[in-house]
Amino acid sequence: MSIKIGHKLYAERIQDGLNNAFMRKAVSSAQGRFRSGRLKAAEELGDWEDWRTLGEEIRSHTMENLDYYLHQLSEQVEKRGGTVFFAETAKEANEYIQEIAKKRQAKKVVKSKSMVTEEIGLNEALEKSGCEVVESDLGEWILQLDEDPPSHIVTPALHKNKEQIRETFRKKKGYTGSDDPVELAAFAREQLRQDFLEADIGVTGCNFAVAESGAITLVTNEGNARMVTSLPDTQISVMGMERIVPTWEDLEVVVSLLTRAAVGQKLTSYITALTGTRLEDEVDGPEDFHLVIVDNGRSKILGTEFQSALHCIRCAACINACPVYRHVGGHSYGSIYPGPIGAVLTPLLDGYDDHKDLPYASTLCAACTEACPVKIPLHEHLIRHREIIVEREKMTTKAEKMMMMGFAKWASTPAAYKLSTKMARTTLKPWTKEEYIEKGPGPMKGWTEQRDFPAPSKERFRDWYQKREQRSDQ
Amino acid sequence: MKVSLFITCLCDTFTPDVGKDTVELLERFGCEVDFPAGQTCCGQPAYNSGYKSESIKAMKQMIKAFEQAEYVVGPSGSCVHMLKEYPKVLADEPEWAKRARKLADKTFELTQFLVDVLKVEDVGSTFTGTATYHPSCHMTRLLGVKDAPRILLENVKGLNLIELPMKEDCCGFGGTFAVKNSHISGQMVQEKAEHIEETKADYLIGGDMGCVMNMGGRLRRNGQEVKFLHIAQVLNTQ
Ligand code: SF4
Repeated sequence: MSIKIGHKLYAERIQDGLNNAFMRKAVSSAQGRFRSGRLKAAEELGDWEDWRTLGEEIRSHTMENLDYYLHQLSEQVEKRGGTVFFAETAKEANEYIQEIAKKRQAKKVVKSKSMVTEEIGLNEALEKSGCEVVESDLGEWILQLDEDPPSHIVTPALHKNKEQIRETFRKKKGYTGSDDPVELAAFAREQLRQDFLEADIGVTGCNFAVAESGAITLVTNEGNARMVTSLPDTQISVMGMERIVPTWEDLEVVVSLLTRAAVGQKLTSYITALTGTRLEDEVDGPEDFHLVIVDNGRSKILGTEFQSALHCIRCAACINACPVYRHVGGHSYGSIYPGPIGAVLTPLLDGYDDHKDLPYASTLCAACTEACPVKIPLHEHLIRHREIIVEREKMTTKAEKMMMMGFAKWASTPAAYKLSTKMARTTLKPWTKEEYIEKGPGPMKGWTEQRDFPAPSKERFRDWYQKREQRSDQ
Repeated sequence: MKVSLFITCLCDTFTPDVGKDTVELLERFGCEVDFPAGQTCCGQPAYNSGYKSESIKAMKQMIKAFEQAEYVVGPSGSCVHMLKEYPKVLADEPEWAKRARKLADKTFELTQFLVDVLKVEDVGSTFTGTATYHPSCHMTRLLGVKDAPRILLENVKGLNLIELPMKEDCCGFGGTFAVKNSHISGQMVQEKAEHIEETKADYLIGGDMGCVMNMGGRLRRNGQEVKFLHIAQVLNTQ
């Protein structure tokens, strides 16, 4: 995979999403659960706003000093026997990992959940070099069996219901059980156990790397990451270059924010910290540990007005709060990063050409900004993107540009404004019935496709006001 | 107290009653209201669509129109918030930014002005009926006006206020979004219409005419009998 998923155009993807009643029901109920969980967890904590401020401070301090912390991190990882590789591009990251697989003559690679490996398309790269890749996160495993991209960054198979999952297991793995979630999960566990035992390499993502100690931490609920990081002899962690915190204390803050904002949990079932290779007096840990730090467009964001997008801790609270996401689902975004953060991040990492519609897939209601535990002004970033699309990339239609130029003239010339608002009622008369327009012309079409439009009033406010003034003058 | 009314282009053209009610309300509490005739539109349709330089033309006109005002009060959280954004948008033009800052500082949304500046919590109105209130996104999240409308409505005699389920969800208006992404917008406003139906209210009340027009237009399209009103209309009923 890469950042972009599928080849359909935006309008088609949206229609697919809107027409998929199953998916919409699944998404809507999951969103409801996550949202109330987040609000409850925030309330429990009490001073949520202070925590958010602290989270924002930690993240912005880290980004301001990213080169320092990356340097510290790599020193610490190397001190503990690990190898650090900086990959500027997805290709470089994949080639490095393919090389390790080749050296190790690896046949099987097990993975725990990681968005950045989706972003760089690691699975395909490894498969190309002859490895079998097995996703061990339940959601990711389902999607892998189904050859379906993720639709959410925390719960990647959110768009599927249990009946669909049973079908997938039945078709691909000969499952004969029911659609009871416990039974489905038990089946997956049993299937995956063998993979863990056979794997030559374990690949993980990284929720946060702790710069002061070189620890790679993973925040999970299923326990699969423990298996991935304890059984295979070679371990590789892949991280986006911004996923770093200076100290353990900072980690405590961001993890508290993450688990609460993501699923409304005080803490997840597992928080795993990996620190380098097995030392002589230790009984477990890998022989070989590699940390791959991926840039893939991130450093371009540093120092720009979008820098705070790198503060993201991938909790998906913005996605769970987004009413547009609820109706169209994750796949409609055409990116492995959906929802508000996806609409902000995708054009930054992958350019505007394929993603110019995403910043417009929002009403700018700011539910995302309000939900974000590290206070990223997501809706403002969307407006900035729109400005760039219009003013720098010049990607809008001529008709729209003309309309907006007309708007500027209209709104900056009171005489023009007055005349047009006076004429509005007459102009729209041919379409008006009983004070409403049910099928409007031109740019009004989109509106009246979905709802009625009121006819302009017989008397504008300013006419009434003027008459009133005249009356009181007499 | 001298107040200049910022009517908003929507209320000026489509719902003059909202303007009349706003004037009367303010006058009832001792304000001397004037209407600067040079005002047009706050520029939001262009600004939110990415047409910053086009929107700036509108903004400058508004700054000029309200330069003499002591207070500026408007019946819309969204348009008032746009005015409050002017200094940021005009940051590259320090002279204009300064004038914009002055405007931003003296501008208030109607319910905010009543409660926070005039210190009125009970406007003394009577409105008999069952209603539900939609707190619009820009008013609550961007402008931060969450309590004022509720406080005022709770003190209206005869009004039976029913909480709207999922009230903080956007109604799907979003300015040009309603046209550009009309299918998504349609589903969002449909969900809102269903929640309104659940309350069995006779009236839907909102504080932003754009959102009210969107929800009202869908209610009408659906054949739902719910009447829709701007909060100023309710507060000025006696
Ligand atoms: S942008 Fe904020 S809310 Fe969205 S995933 Fe990132 S941290 Fe979470």
